[in-house]
This record gives sequence, structure tokens and C-alpha cells, in this order.
Amino acid sequence: MDTFVQQLINGLTIGSIYALIALGYTMVYGILRLINFAHGDIYMVGAYAGFILATSLGFASDPSAFGFVVTLVGAMAIAAAIGMAIERFAYRPVRKFSKMTTLITAIGMSLLIEYLFVFFFSGTPRSFPQLLPNDNITLFGNATISTSQILIFVVSILLMVLLQYIIYKTKIGKAMRAVSFNINSAKLMGINTDFVIAFTFALGSALAAAGGVLTAQYNPKIEPLMGIITGLKAFVAAVLGGIGNIPGAVLGGLLIGAAETLVVGYGSYIGIPSTYRDAVAFAILILVLLLRPAGLLGSNVQEKV
Amino acid sequence: MTRIILAICVVTSIFLSIACVQKGGDGNTAGVSSDTIKVGVYGDLTGQTASFGQSTKNGIQLAVDEINAAGGINGKKIELIVEDDQGQPQQATTVVQKLINQNKVHALLGEVASTNSLAAAPVAQSARIPMITPSSTNPKVTEVGDYISRVCFIDPFQGATMAKFAATTLKAKTAAILGDVNSDYSKGLTQYFEQEFTKNGGTIVTKEAYTQTDPDFKGQLTKIRNLNPDVIYIPGYYSQVGIIARQARELGMNMPLLGGDGWDSPEIWKLGGEALKNSYISNHYSADNPAPEIQNFVKAYQAKFNTVPDSLAALAYDAAKVLADAIKRAGGAEDSAKLKDAINATKNFAGVTGTITLDASRNAVKPAVVLELSPAQSKFTFKETIYPEGMSAPTASPTVADSNANAATNANTMSNANAANGANTNANANSAANSAAANNTNK
Repeated sequence: MDTFVQQLINGLTIGSIYALIALGYTMVYGILRLINFAHGDIYMVGAYAGFILATSLGFASDPSAFGFVVTLVGAMAIAAAIGMAIERFAYRPVRKFSKMTTLITAIGMSLLIEYLFVFFFSGTPRSFPQLLPNDNITLFGNATISTSQILIFVVSILLMVLLQYIIYKTKIGKAMRAVSFNINSAKLMGINTDFVIAFTFALGSALAAAGGVLTAQYNPKIEPLMGIITGLKAFVAAVLGGIGNIPGAVLGGLLIGAAETLVVGYGSYIGIPSTYRDAVAFAILILVLLLRPAGLLGSNVQEKV
Repeated sequence: MTRIILAICVVTSIFLSIACVQKGGDGNTAGVSSDTIKVGVYGDLTGQTASFGQSTKNGIQLAVDEINAAGGINGKKIELIVEDDQGQPQQATTVVQKLINQNKVHALLGEVASTNSLAAAPVAQSARIPMITPSSTNPKVTEVGDYISRVCFIDPFQGATMAKFAATTLKAKTAAILGDVNSDYSKGLTQYFEQEFTKNGGTIVTKEAYTQTDPDFKGQLTKIRNLNPDVIYIPGYYSQVGIIARQARELGMNMPLLGGDGWDSPEIWKLGGEALKNSYISNHYSADNPAPEIQNFVKAYQAKFNTVPDSLAALAYDAAKVLADAIKRAGGAEDSAKLKDAINATKNFAGVTGTITLDASRNAVKPAVVLELSPAQSKFTFKETIYPEGMSAPTASPTVADSNANAATNANTMSNANAANGANTNANANSAANSAAANNTNK
């Protein structure tokens, strides 16, 4: 029993990270009907931004809660700026062309970010400094939870609540909902759609960067290609939950994280080797697309022709 | 439209001018080539295991600088051409093709990771360019062909070393293995560790695997924790091992962690930290060894690169020296068949990692050392030396390798007397005589 609980905690930890990243995918899709493939790399950019902040401001040698908060918020701000810049210079100019053009631009953007980072920071993995003292808390029996895991849960829940507040209780949130409902009508109603789109990118990128910094506290190895697989799985999570649907993205992220870890923990009893954890995420994606194309929480909207 | 055409013209002309310059450059080196011996070096300088590539490059550089400062080989200087393969097998193939076809190298030194050496070796073999890998330990590497050789021991011995150490010194009865599913190195070590450990009466309770991109390792570790083995063998590379150690300790698993030379990198201390306490690895040499030839090498390396050489640097240094020695004996590097024969005939070459004699399969037969990780000082501390079957320890009874208990006690006593480090060198000197016999009996 305690082993199962332990595996569940492990799974939900990485699931929370997937959820944070999946939110960015789903928001951008909701507004622009664009799969922003560079989003996984923003997660990596966030981790690097945090790394640079923490080492240059001296938090690495002197861990403190203040240092962690500054690093987290700083990394989120930097990633938000980069996310907005990408939208402004890569996606906005091609927005008026076909969906395919924007999609290919997104893939190009993803590769560009990855290899710019390889070029400037080299592909060598860096070790992210421990910003908060790490400890283990025994829940019961053998089941333990580390402070870095608690940190992931607490910060991601806070951020998700904050996001929910922004979307449903603020003016800009209302504008975002309007744009996602119908971008042209929103424009006619006097909403500055360019600004709303830029804001959405900033919000999604900040969440991904938070995911990057949190992961780096838990698994302190960062490298320029770390966003590829994680980003893909977060994308699967977004689709699983119903792309464009915000609670769906969180649910999808947690499900993928848990499924993956349970495959590692128990897969061998039913003949699935533990290294198939990545395959499982994609198998789930295929199943969902076959059985429930709109995703778990997505509403099936008939496309108008 | 005209702007586009103009842009195309400009771009084309830039490319053409670059091409011209490069051609000019090639022409120049071709002219000089009769005066230098070109050696291609390829390795992971920027990827997941970049510290391996950097150490290897530095070790080779040091050796070549020494050789050139002493007047080169038969009056010819060695010219190094270094290529980065980013730790990716496809890239390794590409850069080795480039080194052979464009740079026209006379010999190749590289890779550390067996998977990358295996990717490049067929290219070298079919072009008939001798390739010495300093530190790829998977047996399959030299099986590619007679142009491929190595100056390190192979995984059957390395895996067995750790299994022996676990069973005799640590008195472990049960072990779990956590390996890298995509690495030939890891798979080889897993297999040989298991063989030897079960032969010594131990049980492998589970074999788990991970991939280098796994977001965490707690899933596998929780499963292992349930089975509560005496030791965990993790035959992976330092960039994952540091995190695995950390997460294992977080889960309250305090048993010894065992590994191989893939852990040997200064980076591991940053990634793993205190979690690496109570861990042991098998390795090729120990920088603690007080033998003068080793200390001279350590000093020269430190003076040049400002860091203690790891075993990969030491092996790379030896590989370059073995190559230079072979070129000397072959009377030049122009005739690749002759050079290959000279390399393969290497016998009793005194290197910093031990005496190097290549056996019939072009593998070096050498003792291994077991090192304990001391995260407080960020260093690997010498624990004991384990000799291959048939090769005897210098001051011990001749049956060391067969009776493990003996070997362990001997080595331990020596370590207490603080003379164990010397044992390595003595072994090198003394074992020269019986190494020919050892070659045949070594697995």
C-alpha cells in the first residue's frame, strides 16, 4: 500500500509539471487554434533563466526562501518576455496565412530555441543549485515525500488558482475568453486582440517557466534539449484533457504523470517494461483521439464550414 | 522580386568565397601533410557526457604536446584535428567520415561512450584507418575489425570486478540493477555483473532500466526499495547517476550504490552531492597513486588544465602515447596496414593506467581499481585493486583472482598500510612477465 502511495506521489509530482506546461499549450490553442510547439522549449528557457538568476545573484551559495521566490518570479518574467517576443516576431507576421504556415513556424521556432541554447550554453547538462533545503517527510510506513515535491504541489496549485482567477475574475481574462470564443467578433467589440494574444503567450510562458524552475529543484539537471520530451508529454496531456480546456489540461497532466509512473512501478507485472513509460503517454493519446476526439473534458464542437 | 534575386546572389557569392578559402586551406595542409602526422580526435565536447570528451581531449593534447616538444616522431610533429560529436552516434559517424575523407587523418583516437565508438568504428575499419579508443569498454567495439583497438579493459572484467567487490568486501547477498536501456556500455556491464554476482552466490532481485530523458527515477527506485536489496548496481553515466543517487536517498534508501567508470566526472559532485556517500565504482586508475609516473602525469595535467585528471584523461593520454609508440615502430604513419599491425603488437607499454599489452582481440589486459566516493572532498578515494584472472598481484599469493576473499584481504591490508597505491605500479612492472599468459586466460 505504501509503495502504491509512494508511486502515486512520484507520478503526481511530474504530473503537476506536465499540467503547468499543458496550460500554456491549451490557452494558446484556445485563442489562436495554434499548437505552439516552441512551448516545451520555453519550459527549458525558464529553467535556464532561473539557473542564471540563482547563480549570478548568489542564491546558489546562500539558499533561502527569498532567493527561491526571486528566482521563480524572475524566471517567469523572463520567460513571459521571451514568449511575447516569439509571438510578436515569429507568429504574428504569419498569422494571416494558413494554419499550416503557423504550425511549421512553431516547429522551426522550437528547433531554433533549442540549438541557440546548445550554441550559447553548450549541450552539457548543468546542475541547478538547491535553493531551499531539501528534507524528507515520512507520511506512513515507507511512503515519503520530499520538500521539493511538496514545493511542486503547492506552487503549481497556487499558480493554477491564480490563473483561474485571472481568466474568470479580471477584465483581461474576460477579453481572453471573448477572443477564444470568436476572435473576429471580439475585435469588432473593441477588444485589442493583438494585446490579448500577447498576454496569453506571456501567461503560458510564465507557467512553463515555473514548471522549469520547480523541476530543476526536484531533478537538478538542466540541458538545452530537456524541453522536447517533457513538452511533448505536456502536449499529450493537453489533448487528453481536451485541448482548449483549462481544467482539462491540469487533469490530463496529472493523469499522464501518474500513468507513466505506474507503468514504471507495476508495468512489468502485466508485461510492459518500465522503459515504455514514454510510449504509454503516446498510446493514451492515440486511444483518446480514437474514442473521444475532443478529449476528456473537451466539448465536441461541430466545425462550421 | 529583384530584392530576392539580389539576396540569392549575395548569399551564393558568400558561400563561394567561403568554399574558395576552405579549398585554399585544404591545399595548404595537404602540402604540409608530409611533415606532420595527422591524428583525428572525436568525442562528446558539448553533449550529455561532455566532461568525458573534454577530459579525453585534454589527455590527448597533453601527450601530443609532450611528444612534439621532444621533437615529434622520427622528426615529424603530430597534428591533432578535434571534432565534436555531441555524444550522438549519428554525429560520431559523420565527423569520423569527415576526419577520414576531408582531413585525411592517419589515425583516429576516440570515443568514450561505447555506443558512439560502435557507430564510428565501421567507418574507420572500412577506410582502413587505425582507431584506438581510449575508454570504450564494451567488448563489441574491437570486434568490428582489426583496425580497431583499445587501451582499457573491457566490461566483462569491469562488471565482474564490481560484482566481486560487492560479494566479498561488502558481503552483499542481494543486488538490484538499474541500467540505461539505450547504452551498450550499460547493457554490457549489467550482463557481466549479474553473471559474476550470481556465480558468487548472490541473487539479483530485479533489473530496472531508465532512459536518459526520464524526468525522474523515483518510479524505478520505489520499486527497488520494496525489494530492499543489499546494494544497487547503476552502470550508467554521471549525468543520470547523480540524480539517481539523490532521489534514492530521498526515498530513504541508504544501501551502497555501485557503478563503473561512467561515473568518473567532476560534474557528479554537483549533481549528486552528499547523496553519493557510501558508493563505490570500478575504475582504470587512481590519481592518489603515489607512483612517480602517475604523479608526474597528474602534475603536468594539473599545470596545464588546472584540474585533477580523471581516468578518462589518463586513458586518453595513454592512447595517444601508444599510438605514437606504434607510429615509431612502424616507421611512419603513411602505411596504415603497417601502423595497424604495430598498434596491435603493443606489448608491455608502460602507461599511467598500467602496463598495456593488447591481446588477440585488441583489448588491453589490466587490473581495475575500486574507488570509494567521498562527496565531502569531491574526490574518489582508492579502496582496492582487483586483478584479472591469471594476472597476479605483485606482493600477494599467485591465486588472488581465483580466491576472491584473498584478493580482497590482501588489497585491504595493503590499503591500511598505505602502500596499496604502489601496488598498482608494481603490478605493472611485475605482471609484464605473465601478462602474455594472462591474455589467454582472461575472459
